[in-house]
Amino acid sequence: MSTSGFVAEKDKREGWNRPPVIEPDGEGELLEVSMGPHHPSTHGVFRMDVALDGERVIRLKPVFGYLHRNHEKIAEGISYLGSMPFTDRLDYLCPLTNNWAYALAVEKLTGQAVPERAEYLRVIVGELTRVQNHASSIGFLIQEMGASGTPLMYAFKAREKILDLFEELTGARMMCNYMRFGGCRVDATADWLAVTRKVVEELPGFVDEFERLLRGNEILMARTQGVGILRPELAVNAGVTGPMLRASGVNYDIRKVDGYGVYNRFKFRVPLGDHWDVFDRFMIRLLEMRESIKILEQALKDIPGGPVMDAKAKLRGFRPKPGEAYGRIESPKGELGFYLISDGGPNPYRYRVRPPSLINLTVLEDMALGQNVADVVLIFGSVDIILGEVDR
Amino acid sequence: MKTVEEIRAAIEAALPGAGVEIVSNPSVSGQHSLRLRPSHAVAVAKFLRDDAELALDFLSNATGVDWPDKEVTEKVKVTRTVRKTVDGVEQDAEETVEEARKRVEPGCLEAVYHLFSVARGHGPVVIRMKTVNRTDQVELPSLTPVWRSAEFQEREIFDLYGIVFSGHPDLRRLLMWEGFKDHPMRRDYVEPDDFEYEPTAHDEVLKRAVAHQAKQEAAGTVAGAAGVGSGVAAGREGKGAGA
Repeated sequence: MSTSGFVAEKDKREGWNRPPVIEPDGEGELLEVSMGPHHPSTHGVFRMDVALDGERVIRLKPVFGYLHRNHEKIAEGISYLGSMPFTDRLDYLCPLTNNWAYALAVEKLTGQAVPERAEYLRVIVGELTRVQNHASSIGFLIQEMGASGTPLMYAFKAREKILDLFEELTGARMMCNYMRFGGCRVDATADWLAVTRKVVEELPGFVDEFERLLRGNEILMARTQGVGILRPELAVNAGVTGPMLRASGVNYDIRKVDGYGVYNRFKFRVPLGDHWDVFDRFMIRLLEMRESIKILEQALKDIPGGPVMDAKAKLRGFRPKPGEAYGRIESPKGELGFYLISDGGPNPYRYRVRPPSLINLTVLEDMALGQNVADVVLIFGSVDIILGEVDR
Repeated sequence: MKTVEEIRAAIEAALPGAGVEIVSNPSVSGQHSLRLRPSHAVAVAKFLRDDAELALDFLSNATGVDWPDKEVTEKVKVTRTVRKTVDGVEQDAEETVEEARKRVEPGCLEAVYHLFSVARGHGPVVIRMKTVNRTDQVELPSLTPVWRSAEFQEREIFDLYGIVFSGHPDLRRLLMWEGFKDHPMRRDYVEPDDFEYEPTAHDEVLKRAVAHQAKQEAAGTVAGAAGVGSGVAAGREGKGAGA
């Protein structure tokens, strides 16, 4: 599509970006259902107030806050370093990319350099995170379709191998607390790199198997194709990012646009969707896993020697100059950003997480209106959220 | 990408009298921002989105910042006339004295937006708006009609900071529950006294228990206070017995 497609919507009247109004067919009464907060498909505690006309969704209002702990307020009361382990708990499927986004924002605020080996290690753990996140996200999506357990366990087979790598490198499977301002906490040993190469060698086979099992499945195609369509203009206007945005056919990958870290050294493609539906979101995640494997192969081949922490880096007791910075990365869920204001003190004056999961849910109502209630579960699953990040 | 000065000039050329100010950022990140006047904010936002060269079609991040009232002590030089006796003759003389004066700088709430361009791949452009004060004049225009991604984020700012966005289609609390009174992200927010009896109160909980007890006693509700007191004592005894 042309790039001017989502710039100016001058021919459209005001309010074009609001959810459509669906009229009930007039037969029978509307049924108001509160889906959640403990619905199995919500992966946590999330509620949707849904009004149904028969099977059709007439209104849908998400309700947040069940997991709210005011992460931002806590972070404003502790040192910069003190928030690093807390970022793991935002999106517990991708702790390492959360670490990375926060480290990047602080490095922007202080002008801290990062040694090359640390940048490569960040790319390696970041892409491994993406592979396991996408695999489990697809697994959960299939599970919501009614295929209880089996596909999810296939996804977890690959995920477990990757989590074992994380455990060996950082000491924890999910609460890694691995990155620091100016590098990484520990260096990877030659053994670890060798084992990682072996795991990465096996990954394409896993993706092939996963794809063969799922892609041609008639039920999956019938349930997902043409369901939950999100137009590209609306996706951009509503701030949707990550695989969801690319499934709507918009070529925007922050790894390419910003080229943060050392991403501009690697060759990889950005897969784009053509039909903007749930099936495309599922396929984009599969294709992105393949691209991540390509990046992993290149990074594991080229990783240079040297230190993993900048010699001048200060972790404790540093006071950034007054000012502010916004740093962002392409996390597996979308654009994860951190906005920091320093007043010259040891704690951030303002600490803000830009949560991709929350902002991607802005369009949930638009995608679900007029669809069947059973499809709402799939549409919701295709957004791929983690409630720890939505509610913070 | 254009610098903030160039963007300001472009806005002034398209919308004369918009009154955009540049807020410089002394940090090494170099992300300077533009402060919009609330009265012109929606027009400027539409211009930023629809201008072919800027094409800031993607509002990534919207957030609030609280700037409480600040007491500033500054030294002011004051000249005054004093009667002095010089060489036995009384006469008027001017004298300059330094005086420390305290002045309260009024605080405000601020909304900050980070804009990017998907079509052109540049950004961020930071725009911000300020409320008049922190108490009764906390209204700002909503940018949700321009960028839908502000919908939940402005609701969150309203919830946690208390900025009221006029023109927002659905302004309700996002994370706190309906009926909650305060705005937790404000810097002068005081946590409610929510101590509940705990059999093994320790550290922070113990402090809260003592504070709760003092409050209860001051209010004269002795029954509740006695219950808490015995709870705290039981906790201590339990610890002692364990050791």
